[in-house]
Amino acid sequence: MKSFNARFYGNPRVYLGLIWLAAVVIVAVFAGVFAPRDPFAIVGQPFLPPGSEGFLLGTDSLGRNVMAGLIHGARTTLMIAVLSTVAAVAFGTVLGALAGYYGGIVDDILMRLTEFFQTIPWFLFAIVLVAILSPSAMNLVIAIAVVSWPPIARVVRAEVMAVKAREFVQAAVVAGQRDMGILFGQILPNTLSPLIVTGSLMVATAILIESALSFLGLGAPGQMSWGFMIGAGRSFLRDAWWLVTVPGVVILLTVLAINLIGEGLNDALNPRLADL
Amino acid sequence: MAEPLLRVEGLWRRFDVSKPWLNRVIEREKPQFLTAVADVTFEIARGETFALVGESGSGKSTIARMIVGLLGASDGRILFDGKDMTALPASELRALRRRFQMIFQDPFASLNPRWRVGDIIAEPLRTFGLATGAAAEAEVGRLLETVGLSAKDAEKFPHEFSGGQRQRIAIARALSSKPEFIVCDEPTSALDVSVQAQILNLMRDLQDEFGLTYLFISHDLSVVRHMATRIGVLYLGRLVETAEAKTLFREPQHPYTRMLLDAVPDLALSGRRRKPVTGEIPNPISPPSGCAFHPRCPLVHDRCRETLPEPHSTATGMAACFATKGDRAETETAGTA
Repeated sequence: MKSFNARFYGNPRVYLGLIWLAAVVIVAVFAGVFAPRDPFAIVGQPFLPPGSEGFLLGTDSLGRNVMAGLIHGARTTLMIAVLSTVAAVAFGTVLGALAGYYGGIVDDILMRLTEFFQTIPWFLFAIVLVAILSPSAMNLVIAIAVVSWPPIARVVRAEVMAVKAREFVQAAVVAGQRDMGILFGQILPNTLSPLIVTGSLMVATAILIESALSFLGLGAPGQMSWGFMIGAGRSFLRDAWWLVTVPGVVILLTVLAINLIGEGLNDALNPRLADL
Repeated sequence: MAEPLLRVEGLWRRFDVSKPWLNRVIEREKPQFLTAVADVTFEIARGETFALVGESGSGKSTIARMIVGLLGASDGRILFDGKDMTALPASELRALRRRFQMIFQDPFASLNPRWRVGDIIAEPLRTFGLATGAAAEAEVGRLLETVGLSAKDAEKFPHEFSGGQRQRIAIARALSSKPEFIVCDEPTSALDVSVQAQILNLMRDLQDEFGLTYLFISHDLSVVRHMATRIGVLYLGRLVETAEAKTLFREPQHPYTRMLLDAVPDLALSGRRRKPVTGEIPNPISPPSGCAFHPRCPLVHDRCRETLPEPHSTATGMAACFATKGDRAETETAGTA
């Protein structure tokens, strides 16, 4: 059987995804270098089309640089997406692990709670959360995490139940290990593969939610983001197509890149499934 | 017999196999229970190997799991060194736990694939606070050499070993907390025949070296004959006969024991005809009335269908059968028809 590296890096789709995502991450981290000026600053004539002198991607309705907006938007969008995914994975893992490990009444309570969150229309729920908590980067992270954790909890619960039945877990019980030691030392390390895959795909979903919220004007105030750019440019779609199209394509490519990487991880971590 | 190290008294285990509550209400069904272990009583003396034998589904592994605390008992008592483990507070039970360990059937499932062998073996040392750091490392090396592996193997992962080597690792783990009593749940049934003998001999050597007491679970009578000092025969959760190993093979009392022994392949090629085991173990959810063995028994009598035979002492140990109790003449004439 080929190693994880051979299966992961030998996949051309994974390469494309990694290249695009790496570019976005580098741009996001060094946003101040690539675009030193405030992305909200008015730097030229409004509605300059892409390719104009000094403005590769043109300017928006107020004369702000679209390129600078994209660069700084990458930072906001990625940060919110990654933080909310980390929060959702942490919460979902703990909840799913407890439900799967203890079973019985604990499982019933935690899973009914999970189903409760799953049955609420999640996008409306996110809107309500941000509206109540007031829009800010922190509250966006909270809202996205709150609507994203249930699938993680379910995946982890199923994995924990499967691993728990294996004999090495019983051996650990007989060896005198305590519940938490068994759960976090023995069981969870064996559930990492599906967790990594679900988590990586969740970053893509989080980007979409963040963009959608920003589009509706519920984004982090004072911070440029891709969704905000689309929202601000939507009324000029017929006169200045690039205001909506450019950030839209960037969102599309980034989400696609993350999905390609996630599926590559899935194929590499679950080789038997990939052969089917 | 010397003072027993382990005593099991009237042990029961029932599993709830009912459908979910809503289905039961709609389909008007009663809750269903499966009795895996019924009224089992036996003693294991220090230093001996007590073997539990029986077909699949006879409750062997359930008894093992209850003794090591992986399953609770529905009723009955388990006394280890005179202390009732079913009634002991958790803290004292933990202290007692160090003194018994378990070796599992499948060495491919009983070692965590993400842990190094050294960590797997050191795990009981750490959890019971027996050794840490360099002392634990030295102890792991010593244990690996005791079971016939190299101290350097501590750095490797379980998948780098064969089945027999993995079972050696599992044995090293079981030994690391210096237990007095080890429950072996079919420790060789997942191994190649050529490797089985090595593991069994290792276990016997370790028994002599450390004065261990074994509860040995197996369905393989040739393995049991090699290992056991005393044997208990289980049928559908009930102990039908116990006897010294040698006498059980020479003079089986219970008709079920005889049926099992008749089915063992005869390696001496003495020309003795083998009788295959007839019938199958019944469904434990609705066991037969009276003696559970009566549908398969060659000595069956009307009484067996109605009344459960109580265990009684025989010339060789204990048996639960009307035919062995002296009512034999009557039963045998009735049964030969």
